[in-house]
Amino acid sequence: MGGHSSSTVWMLLGVIGFGTWLIRVSFMALLGRVERVPPLVGRILRLIPAAVLTALVVPGLTHAEGSFDLGTTRFLAGMTAAIVAWRTRNVPATIAVGMTVLWIAEALL
Amino acid sequence: MPTTPRRAAFGSGIRDIAPILIGVFPFGIIAGVAAVEAGLGTLQAIAASQIVFAGASQLATMDLIARGAAPIVIVATALVINSRFVVYGAALAPHLRGLSPLQTAFGAYLLTDEAFAVSNHRFARETLDLPTRSAYYLGAGLALWTTWQVSSVIGVIVGGGVPPEWSLDFAIPLVFLVLAFAAIHDRGTRVAAVAAALAAAATAELPLNLGLLVAAAFGIAAGLLAERRR
Repeated sequence: MGGHSSSTVWMLLGVIGFGTWLIRVSFMALLGRVERVPPLVGRILRLIPAAVLTALVVPGLTHAEGSFDLGTTRFLAGMTAAIVAWRTRNVPATIAVGMTVLWIAEALL
Repeated sequence: MPTTPRRAAFGSGIRDIAPILIGVFPFGIIAGVAAVEAGLGTLQAIAASQIVFAGASQLATMDLIARGAAPIVIVATALVINSRFVVYGAALAPHLRGLSPLQTAFGAYLLTDEAFAVSNHRFARETLDLPTRSAYYLGAGLALWTTWQVSSVIGVIVGGGVPPEWSLDFAIPLVFLVLAFAAIHDRGTRVAAVAAALAAAATAELPLNLGLLVAAAFGIAAGLLAERRR
């Protein structure tokens, strides 16, 4: 489990679950006192998904085997899937293409 | 019980979200498989979907647990991903004003991208009274919740039987690729994504995946600058 104990995982789930609920309830409950999300906060929130999701994906492709290497099967499969994701925005199609390229590349190399 | 209009609204909430549920189902299966692959026990893997009930952050959490990231990085990443719910809550609040604290607490728990999308669309188009609006939202929210629980339990059951050679963990970044491209719709978000990608590659060897938060912050800063310059 990447070194995390079972109790650490329970704690992580609890903190993330409660924190997520606080985020969800914040403006639903605060309304009346705070009428709108402040503009700068709104602009930051709008940029977060693009930045965080990209930052999550990239190291698994560029550093698939631990160090920087653009010659790995995962980089090749990821780049191919990225084109599908970009053109179609379709989850099943992207998974199908990405996994197929990965399996073929791993069988060949 | 004179609840016919409410029951009808509950039903139309379910009907409106139904087409979206077809896409949610495989996503839930992946979340269940990912939890098992990250090393969670069956009970933990199933409970994750009830405790967190937010797909993208669940996938990120499992991915980071498997990679041995620092707990603070895991929590921060999950909450940053879920920060979008602030915007949804603020947009829905005027429509759900007047609910009891308990109803608000439960309604907030059911808040998702999908339930927000259909409810916001419906509330903007039609003038409905509060009980009808809350019944509609409840129908959409509970339909999504049920789908998510059933599909992730299937994922947990299936996940234990998947051989590691299938590299099914690779499905997580593939889902994120689609979500990332869906999040890019103008100059600011495009610059944020490219800057975060470069920074993530540059900081990938930092311990405990700390580079993730550095790269995300760098991407957001670059996006803000790009918007200001326009």
